[in-house]
Amino acid sequence: MGSARLYAAVAVGGFRRYATYRAATVAGVFTNTVFGLILVYTYLALWDERPHLGGYDQAQAVTFVWLGQALYATLAIQGGGFESELMERVRTGDVAIDLYRPADLQLWWLAGDLGRSLFQLIGRGVVPFVVGVLFFPTALPDDPLLWLAFLVAVVLAMVVSFAIRFLVALSGFWLMDGTGASQVLMVTGMFCGGMALPLNAFPGALGEVVRQLPWAALLQMPADLLMGEADPLSVFAFQAGWAVVLLGVGRLVQSAATRRVVVQGG
Amino acid sequence: MGEGGRTAVGVRAYWLIAGMWIRSTLAYRVSFALTALGGLVVTGLDFVAILLMFAQVDALGGYTLPEVAFLYGLSATSFGLADLLIGSAERLGRRVRDGSLDTLLVRPAPVLAQAAADRFALRRVGRVTQGALVLGYALVALDVGWTPVKVLLLPVMLVGGAGIFGAVFVAGAAFQFVAQDASEAQAAFTYGGQTLLQYPPTVFGKELVRGVTFMVPLAFVNWVPAAHVLGRPQPLGLPGWAAFVSPLVAVACCALAGLAWRAGLRSYRSTGS
Repeated sequence: MGSARLYAAVAVGGFRRYATYRAATVAGVFTNTVFGLILVYTYLALWDERPHLGGYDQAQAVTFVWLGQALYATLAIQGGGFESELMERVRTGDVAIDLYRPADLQLWWLAGDLGRSLFQLIGRGVVPFVVGVLFFPTALPDDPLLWLAFLVAVVLAMVVSFAIRFLVALSGFWLMDGTGASQVLMVTGMFCGGMALPLNAFPGALGEVVRQLPWAALLQMPADLLMGEADPLSVFAFQAGWAVVLLGVGRLVQSAATRRVVVQGG
Repeated sequence: MGEGGRTAVGVRAYWLIAGMWIRSTLAYRVSFALTALGGLVVTGLDFVAILLMFAQVDALGGYTLPEVAFLYGLSATSFGLADLLIGSAERLGRRVRDGSLDTLLVRPAPVLAQAAADRFALRRVGRVTQGALVLGYALVALDVGWTPVKVLLLPVMLVGGAGIFGAVFVAGAAFQFVAQDASEAQAAFTYGGQTLLQYPPTVFGKELVRGVTFMVPLAFVNWVPAAHVLGRPQPLGLPGWAAFVSPLVAVACCALAGLAWRAGLRSYRSTGS
């Protein structure tokens, strides 16, 4: 019970930390809205040329764009959460302090990152999404249960996103410099996460593969769920499956890192 | 010291600082090669996204793949040049916040030159290279009757485009004097603008095209001059000679950005820590 309160406090801290920078939040909202606008027009042109590409109609393609902009910061799809900080702590050796805290390393950072995600969903996600819904034709359900299921899927997506970035951060124990790993995270997030193109619009075998990777759990699955293109239970199962696998691998890597790697500095 | 003298001092300071960063980068050659290559791949992915789109369709907004590649190559190359030369000014907000801008103020060189050369990242040549590769592909694949004017327009577009994007970078940095935490808003114009220009103007709504023609004149980076090369009607029914005014637009943008920078610098209050 005591530890649940601890992690709740860490999560609240993560939320408040990001809530502090209001100008940055406003700037982020503005940028996401502009990118949404650009993408919407390109997708409209694409779906104009190929109606029902990937099984979406135009309204669904537009909805996908605005969901992507709403969840971009929330799910840190191209990075930008705790991972650069943790990598820096590994590089400087400060991670030693984290390791002798009476808290679990993975859960500690998970709690903080969930707090960040929640703030960015409210602070950065809602406005671009509302702008998009107001000005463009979208395909949103009336069923409140579907919205509830969507929120569950977003929370699961937050955990999968964390699990991916935790592994990236731990690579710092061996690589020291996180630039390369962050770059890979950016690329995979943009490409496999569906920020460049919805995964169902990927052609042929490439599409089959990217739709099974963990990044599909971030944006594609919740979006398909909300638009009635996917069964909620199978979405939850896919997301939870990847969350368990990736968090498990994270634990293994963490124990390997803490046993074998000599902490820098001192 | 006259205006010309100040500019000369600024350019000299810029190259001294940039040269120092280049030397320090090249001290770790493998790391540099890897990050430059990585950057090339990262920026190349948005072109892969376009290729994926064209795997499904034959034209986008009435433009074929070589034509879109032409727009892409021009946009990416000129943006890459601006980003390479002056993109570091993006970090100004951080310097204002932590007070390290004061260090730049006491040095005997123009602050803008120092801010632009700060941490000069040679790895950004990756982006320029990638843009140039796509442009090269477009030039080979395009079915265009080349005239001397069209050929001459190519370098003019790249330099003018770099100038316009450079002005956006400086204006964004100037804005950060006022709002240090809002550096991300700049990305809407720099990265957002670059993404926008990769697609044909016919794809976008009239208001958006008007906005990037008359308010933030990004359309002069490639849309307007490229319309002449591709033999397409000018966006918004602009007159034909508009294709040749990109350099003038660039000069005007740079002048305005310069004024904004001065106003920003004058309003600067140190954090005092």
